[in-house]
Amino acid sequence: MQVRLNGELRDLPEGITVSGLLVHLGVKAQRVAVEVNDAVVTKDRYESQRIGPGDSVEIVAFVGGG
Amino acid sequence: MADGWSIGKHAFTSRLLVGTGKYPDFETMERALAASGAELVTVAVRRLDLSKKDQKSLLDFIPKGMKLLPNTAACFTADEAVRTARLGRELGMGELVKLEVIGDQRTLFPDVVGLVEAARTLVKEGFTVLPYTNDDPVTAKRLEDVGCAAVMPLGAPIGSGLGIRNPYNIRIIMETVKVPVLVDAGVGTASDASLAMELGAVAVLMNTAIAGAKDPVLMAEAMKAAVEAGRKAFLAGRIPMKLHAAASSPMTGLIGT
Repeated sequence: MQVRLNGELRDLPEGITVSGLLVHLGVKAQRVAVEVNDAVVTKDRYESQRIGPGDSVEIVAFVGGG
Repeated sequence: MADGWSIGKHAFTSRLLVGTGKYPDFETMERALAASGAELVTVAVRRLDLSKKDQKSLLDFIPKGMKLLPNTAACFTADEAVRTARLGRELGMGELVKLEVIGDQRTLFPDVVGLVEAARTLVKEGFTVLPYTNDDPVTAKRLEDVGCAAVMPLGAPIGSGLGIRNPYNIRIIMETVKVPVLVDAGVGTASDASLAMELGAVAVLMNTAIAGAKDPVLMAEAMKAAVEAGRKAFLAGRIPMKLHAAASSPMTGLIGT
């Protein structure tokens, strides 16, 4: 299925969860925050929240700023 | 006697808040943050670069015990700022947010209409909102009215180093609102930080003045001292300015009279 991930179209396995996506990407869950379709997904929902075709996913982290 | 201050449920001793952007490298930033003595440090929220693996994390270079203040820098609408604040809360597990809604790319001046709107939403969601605003007392009052925990007027445009261009407005803001007033942005050198504190600011927030200095660690030390000196001068109460001299030595008992 096609998903917009951090602004870019990506092919991901059907029915993947947020935690599955982070493992797929090799990203450590404790250092990121995730948004699906403009709504934050809290860490307690990573296992249950599934990503669907056409969803927009943002994965963010802290960077230096003022 | 301890001269502390607080925002919401958070109490602080240091009156210098520092940013984490624009340092030549993380190691220099870590040393500068430590030298600044800051207890609250700003961070930005950005998309993770998924093409790079095992990047060093900024968080590993922020000295232990420093509290994070996520910002909504580069957000140009209230909606973007609110979304970014929510992501920042999820990342940092804290309700503090430095709220920025920018209205103009060139000056980075705040969009005060969007700012008040975003502040209202975030306060309702339980955030402790510290808005970066312009040096307008009316806007400051609006921000206080919607429940902001502090107001942070700019001294001058972000990163400009122009110092405090309108100290009178900063003073009027202090008369206008009851929440803490922090001067955010515009500081170029130590005397600017002292001036902000002498005016009665509760604290000063800066990034470029330290990160962009030739020696960021030494500048961080200078800013720490400047903020402390300015605060003490404010508490001590400066003498009024006079046009003519007032002698320091006695004018009587002079020889030869």
